[in-house]
Amino acid sequence: MQSASALPASSVAPPRERTAHAGVEIVPLRGLPIVAAILIALLVAIVGNWGWALMFFHVAGGGLWTGVDLFVGLVLGPILGRLPVEARIEFSKRFMPKMMLIMPTLVTVTLASGWQVARRYGFLAWPYPMHWWVTASFIVVGVMAVIALAILEPANLAVLFELNKPEPDGKLIGQLMRRFIYTSGITGVMQLATLIIMTRLGTP
Amino acid sequence: MAAERRLPPVSQLCITSMVLVVIGGIYLAAYLPGAPSLVLPTILAILAAVVMAANVAALSRVKVFAWPVFFKVIRWALLAYVITSGMIELVFVLDGTPAGVLGLLTAMLAIYAVDIPLLLAFTVARYQPA
Repeated sequence: MQSASALPASSVAPPRERTAHAGVEIVPLRGLPIVAAILIALLVAIVGNWGWALMFFHVAGGGLWTGVDLFVGLVLGPILGRLPVEARIEFSKRFMPKMMLIMPTLVTVTLASGWQVARRYGFLAWPYPMHWWVTASFIVVGVMAVIALAILEPANLAVLFELNKPEPDGKLIGQLMRRFIYTSGITGVMQLATLIIMTRLGTP
Repeated sequence: MAAERRLPPVSQLCITSMVLVVIGGIYLAAYLPGAPSLVLPTILAILAAVVMAANVAALSRVKVFAWPVFFKVIRWALLAYVITSGMIELVFVLDGTPAGVLGLLTAMLAIYAVDIPLLLAFTVARYQPA
């Protein structure tokens, strides 16, 4: 592990702050009941095949997922990229634990309800070539899922564990955050494709 | 630095396995609710399972590794991904997905539910002191 003395001056925290790094909550436990309630409500909507609730979950979840991705990838990301490592660490300590709960919940809710909406309202039965829009949405979601699950989420988790060390490695956190920011940008741009596809599907 | 240890390419193999599953899943989804051919997705699922098994085997041979951290992360991640995979499975069951397609989707979900926690736990543990 890199010693604190090898870090850039801006990334070396005074002892009191360094101690504070050790207390990062990786998954905010207070948020778990909210996540559980949302997932149970989603299950009820799916089991009951409740059209309005399914549409609500898909539109609300999808809108929030798209909004968060675009905001993080295209607004927050470039700002974070220009901040000193110490500032990124302070931001990450407060931001990333929340993202550990928010993003998987939004993705699960949006996709599960979206599939049901597509089935219930006949989008899956559309003939080709119109069905290509549906297939395109699967491809975009598939690519975003690979990026989010294989790159974003592991980087997020690794940063949180690094922050829990008595002396976090600023260089490693910088590398992982850069990965987080770049991939957020890519998923943000892919969300634009989702917006085009979804509005096309929603236009009779 | 913990990251400098020589380790098998677990992340790359996890991503490969996941990409195979995702391609198979997209192929199946693109043909539902009709009756898609199961040949291509079955081959992809078998390949994904082989890659995942090779990955687990390669990782299990590593002696110097932050195994306590690895198991701590994979335990909770498995719980989370089994729950979400279970929800997706339930959706397919409720939709009356044909048995053959359902079996294949179940296998793909099982690979996904192991693959991602493995990737998460490995990514965290590789940067922790062994």
